[in-house]
Amino acid sequence: MINKELTKVDLIFEKVSAEEVLRKAFEMTSEEIIQQVLESGLKGRGGAGFPTGLKWKYTAAEKDPEKYVVCNADEGEPGTFKDREILDMVSYKVYGGMAIAANAIGAKEGIVYLRGEYRFLLPKLLTELETFHKMIKEIGYDFRIRYCLGSGAYICGEESALFESIQGLRGEPRNKPPYPTSSGVFHKPTSINNVETLVTAMMIIQHGPELYASLGTKDSRGSKVFSVSGDTPTPGIFELELGMTVQQFVNEFGDGDTKAVQVGGASGFCVPRKKFAETIIGFEGVPTGGSMKLFNSSRSMYNVLHNYLEFFEEESCGQCTPCRVGCQQLLKGVEKVKKGEMKSTYLNELMKLADTMKIASKCGLGQSVGNAFKSIVENFREEIIY
Amino acid sequence: MINLFINDQKVSVEPGTTVLAAAKKLNITIPTLCNHPDLCVAGNCRVCVVEQEGARTLIASCATPATEGMRIHTNTLKVRNARKHVVELLLSEHRSDCTKCYKNQKCELQALANEFAFGDTIFIDLVPYHNYSIDRSSPSFMKDDSKCIRCQRCVRTCSQLQHISAIAVANKGLHQKISSFHDKPMSHVVCTNCGQCVNRCPTGALVEKTAIDQVWDAIYDSDKHVVVQTAPAVRVALGEDLGYDPGERVTGKMVTALRQLGFDSVLDTDFTADLTIMEEGTELLTRLKKVLVDKDPKTKVPMFTSCSPGWIKFIEHKYPEFLPNLSTCKSPQQMFGALAKTFYAQRIKVDPSKIVSISIMPCTAKKYEADRPEMRASGYKDIDYVLTTRELAVMIKQAGIDFRNLEPSHYDSVMGESTGAGVIFGATGGVMEAALRTAYEIVTGREVPFKNLNITPVRGMEGVKEATIKIEGCLEDWKFLEGAELKVAIAHGLTNANKLMRAVSKGQASYHFVEIMACPGGCIGGGGQPIPTSMEIRKNRIDAIYSEDEHMTLRKSHENPEIIAIYKEFLGKPNSHVAHELLHTHYTEREHY
Repeated sequence: MINKELTKVDLIFEKVSAEEVLRKAFEMTSEEIIQQVLESGLKGRGGAGFPTGLKWKYTAAEKDPEKYVVCNADEGEPGTFKDREILDMVSYKVYGGMAIAANAIGAKEGIVYLRGEYRFLLPKLLTELETFHKMIKEIGYDFRIRYCLGSGAYICGEESALFESIQGLRGEPRNKPPYPTSSGVFHKPTSINNVETLVTAMMIIQHGPELYASLGTKDSRGSKVFSVSGDTPTPGIFELELGMTVQQFVNEFGDGDTKAVQVGGASGFCVPRKKFAETIIGFEGVPTGGSMKLFNSSRSMYNVLHNYLEFFEEESCGQCTPCRVGCQQLLKGVEKVKKGEMKSTYLNELMKLADTMKIASKCGLGQSVGNAFKSIVENFREEIIY
Repeated sequence: MINLFINDQKVSVEPGTTVLAAAKKLNITIPTLCNHPDLCVAGNCRVCVVEQEGARTLIASCATPATEGMRIHTNTLKVRNARKHVVELLLSEHRSDCTKCYKNQKCELQALANEFAFGDTIFIDLVPYHNYSIDRSSPSFMKDDSKCIRCQRCVRTCSQLQHISAIAVANKGLHQKISSFHDKPMSHVVCTNCGQCVNRCPTGALVEKTAIDQVWDAIYDSDKHVVVQTAPAVRVALGEDLGYDPGERVTGKMVTALRQLGFDSVLDTDFTADLTIMEEGTELLTRLKKVLVDKDPKTKVPMFTSCSPGWIKFIEHKYPEFLPNLSTCKSPQQMFGALAKTFYAQRIKVDPSKIVSISIMPCTAKKYEADRPEMRASGYKDIDYVLTTRELAVMIKQAGIDFRNLEPSHYDSVMGESTGAGVIFGATGGVMEAALRTAYEIVTGREVPFKNLNITPVRGMEGVKEATIKIEGCLEDWKFLEGAELKVAIAHGLTNANKLMRAVSKGQASYHFVEIMACPGGCIGGGGQPIPTSMEIRKNRIDAIYSEDEHMTLRKSHENPEIIAIYKEFLGKPNSHVAHELLHTHYTEREHY
């Protein structure tokens, strides 16, 4: 098994001269930028992990002269708070990443879709944006960024629902295809990237793709910012090289009594103690958008699951049947099993339902509800029943 | 062309074709629910999921375009299990009181349950967890949220076909529901009562407010004389609910069936359609004279038709500044109602208080129209109850009538005689054509210069139609129209009506006379017509309407002998004082939301 030691990295928050990086980027052709990002092996940092270079390549190939770069700052996954920190500390690098993406795909306009709960950051972000606009104007590059605020719906972090929301419509995911690269916001070709992805892209241009590609594993290149929370003596934001096991992570962040780690938030996977050593944090094991929640033996995994299901029951957009009704059934089902109103074997029916939700739901939300549900029920069945 | 394989059979389709449509080409049936031929793709019920080789998830066949080399399987275990789950899930949030439901055996969810969800229920009944409510506020229909499966057909209908959005999706997750502006009752929002949503709802969540029981009570009340009228569009669609193909005319059998049901007088709305032409045609010519000769600033053109109560409510909400342009003529239903308890009551020597006036309409908005406070010209409620085409079919079934083997018969007289001009009111462009047949002749003394009286430029399914008719050789009284080009336009479906109104209000279009019908295809596509509906079905009904017209001996309203007689004996002349009292009305500006 390939795995690395737990190594702290400082790329995301590293202070750089945005002007210097951007001058460098604007001298590069679209193909050169995309090539570097491709070579770096960067995958989207929101959680889904689509190769960023490919996304830019597809968007660049679109003929429509009107294209958009959208920064997904609707950080809503329970247990994730790294984008807030990134925006707070180095927003100029987010803007810089957007400008580089715009240069790569041929966009003139960027939109940051900011989580409604982060409104308190806005005055500062706008001041910094003004500085950024002045700077790129001096460089002579034609690109403007504007902000659009969410209103608290988790589903609006799903890219197509996010576009609908920007357009002033109800935040509901669209049918795919078409994908955002050909029909995104305002139904124009759009590259939509997570906050951290954009900053990483900027750092790849700064340092060259080799440095980044040398970090991490074959499937999970580079480093990643983690939001560590739960039963840990050191909660917070940490940038770590990818490739470590959950065990190594727990050794660093656990309180000595960790029984499970929820990797990737409510839509992620629950890793029990017995699987810590064999599970790599990354696309070859458990992928994550950054949320790492540790649970010690004082925690009831029934409560954890119940909490996640309550969350999904509320936050499903309600559009498609498997997600809208499935979430309610999973929640009511575990409640009834817990109360003894349904037999424990009913959990098997619910596991099948979770499988259906995974393959029949319209978007990533419904498709990933089964992740937490199945991994918690499989590993902590007795806690759910008794 | 794109080549793909469905269940290992090769099929070639045009680019942009969905997997669902491609499967249809191979006669492979994929069940659907949220999909509707008149509406944009939603892809939200997930009943139509199929397996695509190499795909991570199942795909919604209604929403996925076919791509080259795609290999699709529609009936794998994975697909069947997912479909079963989806149907079970829908049933779990749906109040399944099927045997008592108005849509029993006409419900698309029930049909799917029959295929996929028989046997023991898997999931927990969620209905008790929800605070579902039933909105009975509209006079036309009821909205029962406990039957709603959130397919959003109604929402798409209201926004896409009707440009109203009286209903929309509210809230998210388990609280998601189809709601109105600020959750107000349907009677207090911009809803036009057109019933297009009712016509497309797959379950019993949206159904017409039925008056069947009240009508039976009236029929069995020996003290009452029950008068029934049937709208033009009913006769070409009723058959669909009684086992006939779309487009079969069942006029004569319907009349016999109505008699067997026990109605005392079986009369025809077509008669008052002819009467409408006399009144509205005269009004148009009077308006033109006032505008062109007298230069009266208070008289407005274009004049808009006023037969469609959905359209009336639409303009009252959305374009109230154009209310002076609306013809003051009541709709044929209401002209009939006013005459039934005056002229007809005198004729048959029955006290009007003992007359119960029923209309059979292709429309749910007619229920609302009959309830409007203005509609009491006779001193009584002019129309007591309105039944839709669907409700009449239910009554025929309730009475155990062997419809197919009925001998056709004729309407009673008077108010039962009509012309082809009255019949074509049921199709988009029909009122215009009927009006032109008469108005042209009044002005010139000659028939309209179209072969066989068929004014084809105003026919057809195009959303907005325009035509220009040159008027030449005018009679002495109408010399001011000599050489004039009469510009007319026709729109059907309120989205098209809105387009036309926007053009008119911006001054981008100018007309003399405009016909607007709230429903797609006109009344034949009304909200009260048999379910299902589609462009093809509506075209069949329209063909039947024109064929009914061609089969009539009389095809011009002013030649209807009963019309000539009623003016002579009762009304005087068109737009007379009596006519104004009984046959004309006024309108009310309404709020914009």
